Amino acid sequence: MKIVVCIKQVPDTKGGVKFNPDGTLDRGAMLAIMNPDDKAGLEAALRLKDQYGAEVTVLTMGLPKAADVLREAIAMGADKGILVTDRVLGGADTWATSTTIAGALRNIDYDLIITGRQAIDGDTAQVGPQIAEHLGIPVISYAQDIKVEGDKVIVQRQYDDRYHVLEAKMPCLITALSELNEPRYMTPGGIFDACAAEITTWGRADLKDVDDSNLGLAGSPTKIAKASDKVRKGAGEKVAPESAEDAVAYIVGKFKEKHII
Amino acid sequence: MVTNNIEEYKGVYVFAQQVDNEISGIALELLGKGKELAAKLETEVTAVLIGYNVKNLADKLAEYGADKVIVVDDPELEVYRTEPYAHALSSVINKYKPDIVLVGATAIGRDLGPTVSARVATGLTADCTVLEIGDFPLVAVPGQEQKHNQLLMTRPAFGGNTIATIACPNNRPQMATVRPGVMQKIEPIAGAKAVVEEYNPGFTSNNKYVTIKEVVKAVSDTVDIMDAKVLVSGGRGVGSAENFKILEDLAEVMGGTVSCSRAVVDSGWKPKDLQVGQTGKTVRPQIYFAIGISGAIQHVAGMEESDIIVAINKDEDAPIFDVADYGVVGDLNKIVPALTAALKAEKAAKNN
Repeated sequence: MKIVVCIKQVPDTKGGVKFNPDGTLDRGAMLAIMNPDDKAGLEAALRLKDQYGAEVTVLTMGLPKAADVLREAIAMGADKGILVTDRVLGGADTWATSTTIAGALRNIDYDLIITGRQAIDGDTAQVGPQIAEHLGIPVISYAQDIKVEGDKVIVQRQYDDRYHVLEAKMPCLITALSELNEPRYMTPGGIFDACAAEITTWGRADLKDVDDSNLGLAGSPTKIAKASDKVRKGAGEKVAPESAEDAVAYIVGKFKEKHII
Repeated sequence: MVTNNIEEYKGVYVFAQQVDNEISGIALELLGKGKELAAKLETEVTAVLIGYNVKNLADKLAEYGADKVIVVDDPELEVYRTEPYAHALSSVINKYKPDIVLVGATAIGRDLGPTVSARVATGLTADCTVLEIGDFPLVAVPGQEQKHNQLLMTRPAFGGNTIATIACPNNRPQMATVRPGVMQKIEPIAGAKAVVEEYNPGFTSNNKYVTIKEVVKAVSDTVDIMDAKVLVSGGRGVGSAENFKILEDLAEVMGGTVSCSRAVVDSGWKPKDLQVGQTGKTVRPQIYFAIGISGAIQHVAGMEESDIIVAINKDEDAPIFDVADYGVVGDLNKIVPALTAALKAEKAAKNN
């Protein structure tokens, strides 16, 4: 079985968000990590590899330094890494990104493509389903459990108040929730392999069956009209009462003031 | 990639999500917003109702603002699956050529929206919190055409730390998903009727049709936290599933309901449908109690629009205090029961 996992390098927003003195986001000070949902997707692929035997390829699109997450994935147990990077691909929205990744995937044999549900920087959850649409294969989003039976996948697909057990014939694409599993750590041997591993690098010319008009900033139908770091509602009052009674008196007082009670 | 004949695209269309033949709240919220956008554009709001034996739901959509309802009714559409639904909605778009298509940013809409937008070759802006009609670029730029009457879609990104306003000037339809709980429904107009039109593009199974082997519903008798006027929300600091009892007591006296942070769901203390935040639900109650919640940005993104936020936390540096209107540093185990008792006493005094 051949599995391709699409991963993204993202700034770590969890707990590590840094601000400049003027209240804007200090992106340079934030760590670059493998996107959590993607990491769960990778772990799912590695478990399928452990169980059934599979070749796991990781693919990312980004700046040259995004090769770091490919090496991390190889250190966890992935077999190969492909970096798609080219200046003309920059500034892509989800349409142009999914077009690019689909163009790269057309060069590879795959039975199963796994992506994370969404990345923690954009939070769109669009690229996975859009890749499947471009490739003409079924998509199962929001996977909380993945099994393989012969040439089929059996997936638990999460909804708000239920889940569906879905069966799809491969090739297909699955988007993974971080609830899917607890990703493994890199192994010492894996880190050694990762350092030695050769990362395949592809540019625009290596993308198959894509039109320039669908790539990069110019090929993105959505355009940013305005972007700003969010101005948060300022903090209100903070008190540290001596006793629970004082605390209660404070809250009840405020509720009376606001005519809540 | 540019859509030809942009001027042929007219009207505001709303995907009227239904589950088990019941209209989802988000569909009504989108109709409310759609009506407002349509008024600005001097056009109509059309609900696209997709399912099996769902025609009877059209009247409800009319009461909440739909001028027209397009019904795609087919046995293949009985339970949501990406392919037949994507085929239904993209066929409607190709036939009727709407200017704007709004979809709920639900577990269904966030699958359907991207698939359909890729199929009809247009842009999609995810998880919008503000939708307006305006110019793009916002300010005229010499040498560049300024387009009027564009859909301007504002959304948070970066875990809620940045906001961006996005337009889709050269492609149609302009598509957006919108988070539940953000837009307002209109007061229903009893007896309102919409023009109902049935359309079936034909459904032929192909490789993209997956099989549903089982539907497993979570057993839950809790009210939807998105409808609550008062939420008493607990975090890791509550300490245990059992200790949520003190939050439930407070919720009862306040006429509210209990919700929680992601840490609580991860610990298995409360089910996922009570989770507030980026990966849970967006809520905007009149009063939000954040009890033992540190206030990670992913949580704050889901509750910061609440009218009044009361935070109780023993850690005086907890980031939740940065968004709280009334922050109390102290032991929740002492303060919460005492607050419940005091509010009960106030209530009793009022009733006498």
